[in-house]
Amino acid sequence: MELILAIGIGVLAGSGVFLLLRPRTFQVIVGLSLISYAVNLFIFSMGRIRLNAAPVLNPAANDPALYTDPVPQALVLTAIVIGFAMTALFLVVLLASRGFTGTDHVDGRER
Amino acid sequence: MSFLDHLIIMPILLPLGAAALTLLFDETRREVKAGINFAATILLIAIAIALLVQTDAVTREGTELTITYRLGNWPAPFGIVLVADRLSAIMVLLTGILGINALIYSMARWQAAGPHFHMLFQMLLMGLNGAFLTGDLFNLFVFFEVMLAASYGLLLHGSGVLRVRAGLHYIAINLAASSLFLIGVSLIYGVTGTLNMADLALRIPHVPANDLGLLHAGAAILGIAFLVKAGMWPLNFWLPTTYAAASAPVAGLFAIMTKVGVYIVLRLTLLLFGEHAGASFGFGQTFLLIGGLATIAFGTVGVLASQSTGRLAGYSVLVSSGTLLAAIGMGDRAVTGGLLFYLVSSTLTISAFLMLVELVERARVAGADVLAVTMEAYGEDDEDLEHEEEVGVVIPSTMAILGVCFALCGLLLSGVPPFSGFISKFAMLSAVLQSEDAASPIPASTWWLIGLLIISGLASLIAMTRTGIATFWATLEGPTPNVRVIEIAPIAILIVLCLGLTVAGGPVLHFMDLAADALHTPTDYIEDVIGTTPAASAGGAS
Repeated sequence: MELILAIGIGVLAGSGVFLLLRPRTFQVIVGLSLISYAVNLFIFSMGRIRLNAAPVLNPAANDPALYTDPVPQALVLTAIVIGFAMTALFLVVLLASRGFTGTDHVDGRER
Repeated sequence: MSFLDHLIIMPILLPLGAAALTLLFDETRREVKAGINFAATILLIAIAIALLVQTDAVTREGTELTITYRLGNWPAPFGIVLVADRLSAIMVLLTGILGINALIYSMARWQAAGPHFHMLFQMLLMGLNGAFLTGDLFNLFVFFEVMLAASYGLLLHGSGVLRVRAGLHYIAINLAASSLFLIGVSLIYGVTGTLNMADLALRIPHVPANDLGLLHAGAAILGIAFLVKAGMWPLNFWLPTTYAAASAPVAGLFAIMTKVGVYIVLRLTLLLFGEHAGASFGFGQTFLLIGGLATIAFGTVGVLASQSTGRLAGYSVLVSSGTLLAAIGMGDRAVTGGLLFYLVSSTLTISAFLMLVELVERARVAGADVLAVTMEAYGEDDEDLEHEEEVGVVIPSTMAILGVCFALCGLLLSGVPPFSGFISKFAMLSAVLQSEDAASPIPASTWWLIGLLIISGLASLIAMTRTGIATFWATLEGPTPNVRVIEIAPIAILIVLCLGLTVAGGPVLHFMDLAADALHTPTDYIEDVIGTTPAASAGGAS
């Protein structure tokens, strides 16, 4: 499980960084999205990987060892919402830039 | 609880409420929106002053060092806290002052250049205040994002090719930095099991030796996210372009955005890696010192090489950031006092200068400066805005007044006596020299800092003189620029405040020294927030 998660995060982050460094705005936005997926999985894994355990405490069973850490899950939720909003905003600027400059190069002109 | 106990959350709730309120009005009723914005910002300044007095009072009574506000009244490490000490209160007040002046300036013409200006303006203030007052790392992320989202909108205010192009770079860089922020925060959480800053400071000395590397990696990644914001070399190539592209009032307000990064770096370095931090003591200080020195050098070269006044202002921001970061890297109590004075003085000066730039550019004859890329943008905007009604009276002898403001900005920026720029630099330099043991030789890094500070001042003076001569002495036949009272008034207010800082230099510096003392004694801060002494809690890492 750890290995799969680690490889998954690595592949997402690696592809994301590669795309982020590309010259087309669309590649940049896809790269940023991939990086944000990788980061979200990473935050999740920082609460330690634990299978088949709920993050919500049950008053009947008080042992914290029975549960998975709820804090990273709350953090991920917030990060997803913010990341989604920012991607949408970036998309608008991308389209505006395309409209203004007539090219999808990040510098607004072909080299 | 009395009303005063809730004062600390008001700098966040008030802009939020005001922003929501401005959304209810149509764009045609701009005066109402401006009125709401103006009232809210004035109220924010009043609240910030009250907060400053209150934090000062609690500290003087000796009972507590900070005002801690528990949201939802959950106990500190579990719930989210807001913490105000002298430094936070100063920063909130500074935000308010920059806000009101940028707002007054924008009322002349810029507010009409696009929709939702006042809403975004208030949201930016909310994000800034939240970042200054929060005592929780993840909450800091949220406030940072609120601030950034608003700044994206404000940067694009007025539209145009240059702004959209600069905005595209600015947003991409900040989104990448936000990812680093999250990675850093989650690594720190993974090692220590907490996100509360005071609780973190308690747990860091107890982190096992084999986890220290991971903790430091997390802190370093987190630091990179703030240093991008603060504009440390080599993370700052976006900054001059972005600041030159932003419309004048927005740039004036952005002057404090680099200081947010500096503030967080200062706060976290001293709180998490202060004297009590054991094996982690002094983490990152050498890096900050070297990075700060490199930033000053880069900014100095940039200031000298700038062909347009807008970029000159952008590089001045970098010099100011570099000075602050290098001073943080010195990690000395007396230096921190001078640093805080410099922080306030340079933020006010740069904000005034960034707004003055547009008026000065207006005075230049079109085409006189071929390399002034910003001219195109301003030229286009002038055509667009010609039909809009302009508020205020056209002032006489415009060039003389602009020239005086420009000269004062130059003196303040370069740190020439007798103004506050000089006092702050002198406070830092004398502290740097005195802090060393009289017997031991002064280390090379100190000489580098002294040399670079003086050279950067000289470079600013040369560049400002050159621009001043080219603008105010060479274009006598050109048309007199159309400058209104409410455009020049905010600049005058900011410069007068700087002069006030000079006159009241002694008391202000004393106050800053007290704030610096508190920063260098984090145990009191921790005690107030958590309610336990560091010794009593030996919980260690989870």
